Amino acid sequence: MSAWQDAVVYLNDPYNWTRTDGILDLLVQHMTISAVAVAAAMVIAIPVGVVLGHTGRGGGFTVALSNVSRAVPTLALLTVFAVTPIGFGPRATTIALALFAVPPILTNTYVGFREVDRDVVEASRAMGLSGRQVVLQAELPLAAPLLMTGVRTAAVQVVATATLAALVAGGGLGRIINLGFGQQDYGVVLAGALLVAVLAVLTELVLAALSWTLTPGEKRLPFLRARAARPDSGAAVPL
Amino acid sequence: MLSAASGMVLAVDAAPNPWLDPSYVTQNWHTIVGLLGEHVRLTVAAVVLGAVVALPLALLARRSRYLAGPVLGVSTLIYTIPSLAMFAFLAPVTRLSATTVLVGLVLYSLVILVRNFLAGLQAVPADVREAARGMGYGPVRLLWQVDLPLALPSVMAGLRVATVSTVALVTVGVIVGHGGLGQLITGGFNANFYRAEIVTGALGCVLLALLADLLLAGVERLLTPWTRRAAA
Repeated sequence: MSAWQDAVVYLNDPYNWTRTDGILDLLVQHMTISAVAVAAAMVIAIPVGVVLGHTGRGGGFTVALSNVSRAVPTLALLTVFAVTPIGFGPRATTIALALFAVPPILTNTYVGFREVDRDVVEASRAMGLSGRQVVLQAELPLAAPLLMTGVRTAAVQVVATATLAALVAGGGLGRIINLGFGQQDYGVVLAGALLVAVLAVLTELVLAALSWTLTPGEKRLPFLRARAARPDSGAAVPL
Repeated sequence: MLSAASGMVLAVDAAPNPWLDPSYVTQNWHTIVGLLGEHVRLTVAAVVLGAVVALPLALLARRSRYLAGPVLGVSTLIYTIPSLAMFAFLAPVTRLSATTVLVGLVLYSLVILVRNFLAGLQAVPADVREAARGMGYGPVRLLWQVDLPLALPSVMAGLRVATVSTVALVTVGVIVGHGGLGQLITGGFNANFYRAEIVTGALGCVLLALLADLLLAGVERLLTPWTRRAAA
């Protein structure tokens, strides 16, 4: 159990937090990369998901995309971008992470729009709403919970995956774990693991609370539901 | 060759570094097959062990809502922990061995499977179970002949998702030196960004995942002949 003691000692040393490339630096780097990647994925995926969901086209495409994306190891994509002329570093990591964040947001947006009651759409059309108004005032509020689920899934996935960037000389909190393994210092390994795990769980909780407050109408807890994963859905996958 | 006159030109820039190189595959065939074997062994063991643990957990969780809550809550928590952190948590105990990777993978597949098993079991109509009990089915026969066949679509869906994501996750095992084909990915990265090796590892993983998914889809078709009859 001395590894746990070492981890506590490591985390209790203020110098480990505040020095250059210390925990705080890596945390900021980790969160910046994640935030930019999720934002970029939202900019790409939400409009496409809205259009596909509104028109009802491209269902097969979104399913195939989320299927194939699950089979591609994150590590592979991170590495492949790092050996292109982009070079390794924050930029390659951000692009790879953004690509991984697209399928969950796209699928959930698409499904959210598809699952809007057709009667509601018909009724809003009959009331004289234009196509744009139907999307913004009828479909979007009803699709919002699933859309938020997609964003939350993607964000948690990205925060988790950003850890792997350390394996290909990227930044982020994974560096601490990688360094610990390199030095065979399991105290440092555990300290890094704790930081990464806490960050991932906090991301999940904060975004769950956020979507809870943003969701109009009837509210359901996002946890504690036996929602089965399907090969043909954009279900979250641990990374 | 690299004289002082050539200045900044490094060997890595001058040498051709193609993305695809069949000669790499043929020359390193034994290494690749060895790593592929480890990849397959880890995946199969993780999914099978995960299923063996998940079934009793799902059956317990179905019995009462008080058990279902904690089971799903803990599984959500495990699901959220990044894989690198998971292996890091296990490493002080199991060290740099394939066991570290296997235990981590079992936990993840277990989480996916327990949810799907539970969802499948909960979807079995109470009337059907009631009728079977009335016909004198004991608990074992009820499980084997009524619950499991009716839960099969959800069970198989879980197995497919768990298998495909496990194949992708094995690669993270490189952190303890047992990442199957992932070894090629980081190996190539560390060997001066040797693209042929990286692409071989990456493509191998994707093909393995798709093949496994296809195989399980075939098994599902064989196990549920009634769905085809209904469609025809």
